[in-house]
Amino acid sequence: MGEAKGKSGPSARRPDNSAFKQQRLPAWSPMLTANTVLPFFYFMGPFCVLLSPFDSPLSFQLDYTKAGSCDECFEMRKNVSKAALNCFCKVEFRIEKAFKVTNAPLKQLRGDVFFYYGLQNFHQNLRRYMDSRDDGQMVGRTTNLKNPSTYCEPFIKDQKGLPIAPCGAVANSVFNDSFTLSYHGGSSGPAVPVPLLRQGITWYTDKNIKYRNPKDGNMTLAQVFQGTAQPRYWQKPAYELDPRDPANNGFINDDLIVWMREAAFPNFKKLYGVLYRAKKPFIKGLPAGNYSVDVSYNFPVQHFRGRKQVVLTTVTWFGGQNHFLPIAYLITSCLTLLVAVVLTVAWCKFGKNGRNMEE
Amino acid sequence: MLRWIRQQLGFDPPHQSDTRTVYVANRFPQHGHYIPQRFADNRIISSKYTIWNFVPKNLFEQFRRIANFYFLIIFLVQLMIDTPTSPVTSGLPLFFVITVTAIKQGYEDWLRYKADNEVNGAPVFVVRSGSLVQTKSKNIRVGDIVRVAKDETFPADLALLSSDRADGTCHITTASLDGETNLKTHFSVAETLVCQSVSQLEALQAVVECQQPDADLYRSLGQENLLLRGARLKNTKEIFGVAIYTGMESKMALNYKCKSQKRSAVEKSMNTFLLIYLGILLFEAILSTILKYAWQAEDKWDEPFYNQETEQERNSSPILKFISDFLAFLVLYNFIIPISLYVTVEMQKFMGSFFIGWDLDLYHEESDQKAQVNTSDLNEELGQVEYVFTDKTGTLTENEMHFRECSINGVKYREVNGKLAPEGMTDDSPDGSMPHLIGDELLFLQAVSLCHTVQISYDQPDCLVGGGDPFAHANGFSSSHMEYYASSPDEKALVEAVKRCGYVRSKVSASLSFSRYKLLHLLEFDADRRRMSVILQTPSGLRTLVVACRHFSPEEYIDVEKHLNAARTALQQREERLQEAFAYIERDLQLLGATGVEDKLQDKVQETIEALRLAGIKVWVLTGDKHETAVSVSLSCGHFHRTMNILELLQQRSDNECAEQLLVLLVPVPIHQLSGSVLLSLFSRIKEDHVIQHGLVVDGASLSLALREHEKLFMEVCKNCSAVLCCRMAPLQKAKVVRLLKTSPEKPITLAIGDGANDVSMIQEAHVGIGIMGKEGRQAVRNSDYAIARFKFLAKLLLVHGHFYYIRIATLVQYFFYKNVCFITPQFLYQFFCLFSQQTLYDSVYLTLYNICFTSLPILVYSLFEQLVHPHVLQNKPALYRDISKNSLLSFRTFLYWTLLGFLHAFIFFFGSYILMGEDTMLMGNGQMFGNWTFGTLVFTVMVITVTLKLALETNFWTWMNHFVTWGSIAFYFIFSLFYGGIIWPFLHSQDMYFVFVQLLSSGSVWFAIIIIIITCLFPDVVKKVFYRHLQPTSTQKSQVTWGGGAEHVFQPRGDR
Repeated sequence: MGEAKGKSGPSARRPDNSAFKQQRLPAWSPMLTANTVLPFFYFMGPFCVLLSPFDSPLSFQLDYTKAGSCDECFEMRKNVSKAALNCFCKVEFRIEKAFKVTNAPLKQLRGDVFFYYGLQNFHQNLRRYMDSRDDGQMVGRTTNLKNPSTYCEPFIKDQKGLPIAPCGAVANSVFNDSFTLSYHGGSSGPAVPVPLLRQGITWYTDKNIKYRNPKDGNMTLAQVFQGTAQPRYWQKPAYELDPRDPANNGFINDDLIVWMREAAFPNFKKLYGVLYRAKKPFIKGLPAGNYSVDVSYNFPVQHFRGRKQVVLTTVTWFGGQNHFLPIAYLITSCLTLLVAVVLTVAWCKFGKNGRNMEE
Repeated sequence: MLRWIRQQLGFDPPHQSDTRTVYVANRFPQHGHYIPQRFADNRIISSKYTIWNFVPKNLFEQFRRIANFYFLIIFLVQLMIDTPTSPVTSGLPLFFVITVTAIKQGYEDWLRYKADNEVNGAPVFVVRSGSLVQTKSKNIRVGDIVRVAKDETFPADLALLSSDRADGTCHITTASLDGETNLKTHFSVAETLVCQSVSQLEALQAVVECQQPDADLYRSLGQENLLLRGARLKNTKEIFGVAIYTGMESKMALNYKCKSQKRSAVEKSMNTFLLIYLGILLFEAILSTILKYAWQAEDKWDEPFYNQETEQERNSSPILKFISDFLAFLVLYNFIIPISLYVTVEMQKFMGSFFIGWDLDLYHEESDQKAQVNTSDLNEELGQVEYVFTDKTGTLTENEMHFRECSINGVKYREVNGKLAPEGMTDDSPDGSMPHLIGDELLFLQAVSLCHTVQISYDQPDCLVGGGDPFAHANGFSSSHMEYYASSPDEKALVEAVKRCGYVRSKVSASLSFSRYKLLHLLEFDADRRRMSVILQTPSGLRTLVVACRHFSPEEYIDVEKHLNAARTALQQREERLQEAFAYIERDLQLLGATGVEDKLQDKVQETIEALRLAGIKVWVLTGDKHETAVSVSLSCGHFHRTMNILELLQQRSDNECAEQLLVLLVPVPIHQLSGSVLLSLFSRIKEDHVIQHGLVVDGASLSLALREHEKLFMEVCKNCSAVLCCRMAPLQKAKVVRLLKTSPEKPITLAIGDGANDVSMIQEAHVGIGIMGKEGRQAVRNSDYAIARFKFLAKLLLVHGHFYYIRIATLVQYFFYKNVCFITPQFLYQFFCLFSQQTLYDSVYLTLYNICFTSLPILVYSLFEQLVHPHVLQNKPALYRDISKNSLLSFRTFLYWTLLGFLHAFIFFFGSYILMGEDTMLMGNGQMFGNWTFGTLVFTVMVITVTLKLALETNFWTWMNHFVTWGSIAFYFIFSLFYGGIIWPFLHSQDMYFVFVQLLSSGSVWFAIIIIIITCLFPDVVKKVFYRHLQPTSTQKSQVTWGGGAEHVFQPRGDR
């Protein structure tokens, strides 16, 4: 209001005649009337219909908790004292319809048939559980390696008082079943192992930027981890997780990274591997026929009435099997058209501006 | 000794006598046992804070506000126990809110401090050790002799010692204190008036005995000796005075009043809503706690092998665990209480109120006055007014008096061409045949011309007049040089009229025009007595509209003077004793005649009253005038119509009579309650024509009877009348009427408008008080909430500004609750999926910034600029005001609608996202999975967009700023999220959000889901709006059609209105 100072005379206090001060700024006043809304509705209805018929990818689920020979392993895992013992089992199943790769170029060898493991009733979203991790340690801060954050309680130190790496409940409870998928041909031919790629199952940024192993000069990973303990439920230390690929050890192990991305809901699945389509008969995906899966059955679920699954699915650019979006779009388009028709009737009947718009 | 210590420590108040003794020039008596009194120094402190106490004092005041205190408690809980969110999430918003408020208050206080400094540092001249010393105003001590030159203000309350005039008088104006512009004469004591130089003052040994400081401006010892701080010296070269009251003890400082806090209806509903939400919060927290323990009855859920408890958790007692669980839920859901609501409302009110002052339509060209906002707390109340109480004189009328006619001894005289002519005489009679004024007429004119407080100011201002007699000068100087200053416009009109007729008198009785009168006593006018008197040496008189006189014999006069002096110098109960003395003098009066003064109606009063009535506002005129005058003014200003059935409640002397009359007036009373055939006929008459509008006239005496016993009955009558006129009202009665209406069962919102000191009580009593910047000083303006220059501006103030502010703030409040329900309900729903483990759905940074960054600006801009209807339409169709009456936008129904809408949207956000990615759907083309943070971010993204678009749907007035903040907010959310997720933050132990947002957006189905969820949320709203508009349009919407048309248009600049 400093503009008043300069003026003098009889109208010194006269307010400015500016659009802003007189609340006369140019403005757009849209109104929600039939005239404005109807064209939009008529456009939106068909548009939503067009979007709705996504080609729905195939999906196959196998609950192996107690299926096949896994029944024995299930019973064995009930007994905590036998936790360290290995248990192997096998489940057979049949795929009626081939998992055909449609829209990916055939030259590209990886992709489009995915192998997941699923857990039900396992709550990765409990607060104490979720908080019980130290990202500082996982991103490779050396101070945090030997001195993990107190958030990791009660999985912060082992009985000897050594700091656990990786610490916390999440890392401690990493899913430790492993699978081998075999194809038995159309009939009862020899079993062909289905090649699964175990890389590329994590977010690129997680694997290559976020999670880092601690570094200390030219020391090997095992040397860097000296003075730390492995998590209580683990059978191997972190630096020996994958003996075949040295770049898949420590905090940048793919399975560990996948597990560390906690699921939002108690029923979830996590990516285990991707079909490698280099050899016949898998060049065009998974053919129909008999399959079996060999499981190294380690993860106990009976305490929380959990179930374990294996899921095979194809994926389009749009993601996996998803009924929600097509249905939602279809319903929306129907509703929009319905409302549009009702509104048009009302509009015709009561005139352009509605029955009561005249004053 | 002990007592002395206690006194020093402030336990015992220092010895309080009824008077204080001031030693002039601080020459204390030499005898030993004199204890110097302590007085305040002359520093004026109106600022609330100092640098040192600002932080604690301001914090203390802010945390007295219940919402702030609540968030402080939440913050402390977060600090103390293990809660799901970090203390930052509630600490930062609280800090933000507190800081913004503190900056605003600190800035206002700094302005006050600067103003104080200017006053305190002003140079003054003080007599010290025999010479005149220049010093700063704040250094003046009680007892100092101060010199004040012409046109300077007095730096402290001074007792006048001497002036440069021989008679020791001086003239001052108190315009800055009470707004009276007339010159007042003050006298010095006879003993000191000779001390006109510093050296003479040096020799002066004197003591002033006076009252302890006291706020009343008009009641002090030796009124005519005391020069008040803030008043200005006029027509006098210089004066010397001794400081009596300094600094905060001066009358001006004591008159700084803390205004009573008025709260608007919107604020009250806001607090109710807050309580309801607090209820929802507690309910959710308790429910969650109970459900948590229901789940945990089985161990496998409470502590599965993969999620063991820590030692500490295992060892704590179950009760403690239960309480801490409850508190944790409270913290988790606490954002349902909108923390930034208060600060946004405050900012909206503060910034929005500028528009009133800026409005050209509320600017009065002639007087160069623009509308003034004294409190911004009540802006929206302007849109809710149901009753307007208006003063008549100066509010409906100009308060510019013109002498019209007078009656002397039963003969009516008119002023014709500056001559006084008896009624019926033709104007064109030659000068010579002018009627001779004989004894009575002469006495009448004398009385009129002598009994007043008018002061004259000449072009040569140093020439001063003693006494109060304009006659002598009317003949001595050319009249064009004269300018009259009067405290009342009536007086001015009369004196001017008499002056114009002056030549007639000088012809008739030359001796009169040169006679000088010595003013002996002035009995001031006041509203209760309705008269004033002067006592003069030769004749004596008294006038209001009736002029009468009484002759005193010298003996009588001595007696009278004795009475008066005793009363005037009384230290206690002076007021009462003066009243007695006045009553004693003003009796046995001899009637001389009556004068008629006319007051012009203000411009466009009729249109304004009509507009208010169309807007559904009932207008009551409260006036001190007598019944006939009041009715005729009411008719001429459109308050009463010719077609109106006018009911009268006048001159009721007893309760019963009054009750009967009221019953007669009352339409819906069953007939059998009445007795007497006369009453019955009266009653049926009213009943017959109940279609016709009724007007009610009631006088002060009847009103007080009606109010005393028959309040309900009276209210019933009033409600059936579209116009009410109260005449013969005393100032306090005005306030009483307002209070009566205010506290009636329907609790209507009242507005009082007036211009004079007699309206102050009414202005302060009403919900909204409006002052008219008129001629009767600025007291009404200072005590009002809003001040305007003319009555006609009231229409725009209420119909346009009131409408704007109300819809703005009402939507603001509803929207705030809505967006916080949307915000926190998904978090509540998530607990059902995570076993009530208090896991948060959103990242802490999002929790913190939702209210202060992502959704704050659009609503603020909306609440500053929204216009549902163009101002022209609002003003031309006052009926639109009815659409928002009775707080309709904040009714419980609308509140429920918004709240349920919030819950609905929250359910759609949550379950839409849940169905999309909840169980086990993969959403990315490379088969990779999302986690819980991605899910939370999806819900949050949908929420931010929907909530912003919901406001966009509500917005009717899209200025470039609305576009900027609406789209800008959404863009900012995206940019911020990309940035926040793009960095591995050093020093933080959790990196949950790293690349979550990018991954989310890299999925095609997520985009489709976001679109469909937003459409699902807003589609029903759009459909509802369209159908309502077409099938049941409100009158507001109808008028939008005529003006809006959905096209972009620049409104034409208004013409000269």
